[in-house]
Amino acid sequence: MSNSNEKKSIFGRMNDTSLLLTITVVIFFLMYIGAIVFQGGAFTKPQMFFNILNANAALIITACGMSVVMISGGIDISVGGVVALVSMCCAVYLDYHDGSIIGSILIALGIGVLYGLVQGFLVAYLDIQPFIVSLAGMFFARGMTTIVNTAPFNVADEEFTALKLTRIIIPGMGTTNKKGIYVPAYVEIGVIVALIVVAVLFIVLRWTKLGRSFYAVGGNKQSALMLGINVKRTKFLSHMLCSVLAGIGGYVYFLHVGSGSASHAMGMEMNAIASSIIGGTMLTGGVGNIIGTLFGVLSLSTIQNIVSSAGLDQAWWTGITIAAMLCIFLLIQSVVMAQKKKALKA
Amino acid sequence: MSKTANKDESFFKKLVGNQLFIPILAILLLAVINLINDPGFFKITLGTNNAGNPVLSGYLITILDYGSELGILAIGMTLVTAASGGQDISVGATIAIAGSAMLRVLCGGTSRPTELAAPIIVAFLVACVVGMICGAFNGMLVAVFKIQPMIATLILFTAGRSIAAWINNNELPIVPDPKFAYFGSFIPGIPIPTTVFIVAACIVVIALVLKFTNLGLYTQAVGINEGASRLNGINPTFIKFLSFVILGLCVAVAALIKVSRLSTINYSVIAKDIEMDAILAVALGGNALSGGKFNMWASILGAYVIQFLTTTLYKFNVQSDALAAYKAIVVIVLVVFSAPTVRDYMKQLAKKVAPAKKEVA
Repeated sequence: MSNSNEKKSIFGRMNDTSLLLTITVVIFFLMYIGAIVFQGGAFTKPQMFFNILNANAALIITACGMSVVMISGGIDISVGGVVALVSMCCAVYLDYHDGSIIGSILIALGIGVLYGLVQGFLVAYLDIQPFIVSLAGMFFARGMTTIVNTAPFNVADEEFTALKLTRIIIPGMGTTNKKGIYVPAYVEIGVIVALIVVAVLFIVLRWTKLGRSFYAVGGNKQSALMLGINVKRTKFLSHMLCSVLAGIGGYVYFLHVGSGSASHAMGMEMNAIASSIIGGTMLTGGVGNIIGTLFGVLSLSTIQNIVSSAGLDQAWWTGITIAAMLCIFLLIQSVVMAQKKKALKA
Repeated sequence: MSKTANKDESFFKKLVGNQLFIPILAILLLAVINLINDPGFFKITLGTNNAGNPVLSGYLITILDYGSELGILAIGMTLVTAASGGQDISVGATIAIAGSAMLRVLCGGTSRPTELAAPIIVAFLVACVVGMICGAFNGMLVAVFKIQPMIATLILFTAGRSIAAWINNNELPIVPDPKFAYFGSFIPGIPIPTTVFIVAACIVVIALVLKFTNLGLYTQAVGINEGASRLNGINPTFIKFLSFVILGLCVAVAALIKVSRLSTINYSVIAKDIEMDAILAVALGGNALSGGKFNMWASILGAYVIQFLTTTLYKFNVQSDALAAYKAIVVIVLVVFSAPTVRDYMKQLAKKVAPAKKEVA
């Protein structure tokens, strides 16, 4: 992409995606090793890592969807609202309407598809700014959640509770506790779903025509059009994919918390965007990597865990650390891009 | 909007082409709905409040009163929208920060003070400075580091309420002086809400600024074509930065009103969802959300239309949490109708109908 001349700086030599990905992965490992060395305790146990995965499976899924939209040059801030709406609708369906698990999964997917259809159509075919569309989408979802049911409640459905408590034991990673009892390491079903989503999206983005056209449209709409890519359809599909993943993420979130509430997943859109950006997805589109997003989520939650185990567990520190991290990575992106431009010009 | 204005435009076309047309039409529509629902909606009565002072009350007064914060924010938001082609979504959170700073100065760090630790004017000036710093932070990210405005302001949107809580150690100080409450309610002896005067003052200031400086012209130039304006000797970075700082000042004034209404603060609830309303006000005023030309008065009028809508929805017993869903539908309808694609389509449709009309005339 940038091997234009002989004077190659470190910024010039790597392509955008791998450079930003490398920064993220390195920072994540430094942070985790730092946490093990300086704080020890919980961080030395493998289960700590799996707990991070368990708590963030839904975020991984929504962040992956967000990355796809951002790679193709859009944004979707309605995902948090969709997650709340999905968990509330599924909760009401399971408890008040005596629904089945399959039915609730279909509801989750249905909400995702509907959101994708409307938002994708407005953004791609009517050319409305994605931010405005999804801002309205977010408020609509939050409002609808309250209309569906005002009070938060826990789901008592037996089948669902059984599914919620299903744990997948990971052999060889357990630890012995103080009483000498062996505690196996485990992950929840959501993590498996999240990892499948990451794997599938990785393949789609890297090796399929659709995946490559996401990058092409995000990088330069005009040249994508000239290459014969259906720009509108690609944009539409990116929003579709994001909303459907938000629906799936919503179900995984629901499976993790087991309740419906209008205040669920508050600010999740923000965490998803932050993870994507930390993972090296450029806001301007055309650059990004799903593996980076996975590491973005992990970095974000690791720093949250470090902050809370350092005794700063007042609620406000979480917000401030995420914002600070986002700010730093945005600045890194901005500087890196400016350097690259200079390197190209020189 | 009126780019293709021809001289032989009919009166009707001129009327529709005017930016004030949409907000005024919306007001009329809402007024008719309310008139049908409850003719008593427009009644204004002169009564006395708990303190025994004469006050005007009625739904219209409520709209004027509670629409003030939005009206003030609309001023700054219009400039930001015009200059940067994006919106500031952190205004709600920065209101919390500015309000929290104001309380910290007024109460001197204790939660139940017996008297003011500093004069109100000092606290207000501190809030102004804090608001402007927040604005400058956003402005710097947008103007210097070239980050999309909505993403840049997302940082304060997330962190703002946390910072606000942190300023006061998560305590909720109560201002002991009843004079502080005047800003958000009534001054004894004057039956009109004080907020109306504050908005009027803001409008006069911005009107004078737009009339006697080139701010309006430069802002539009930067919004329409940044490169061209730079070649003409305007500094686009500074203009964008300035628009965010002005918004920060508007936020501080809005924070004064918001905090004064309660004489205290609630970090997670104060000015919640106001960013949506402020953006909606700008859009309702017929201003392109992608920047460029703007009409300040249409935006301010738009803000009161939003408040009118909110009051109407409350009157129909809509829960405050569910309000957002209805407003979201209004936003979508608005942006769909102002989308260039839809506009072109409608123009084509109008062309098909127009020849037939001419023959009739």
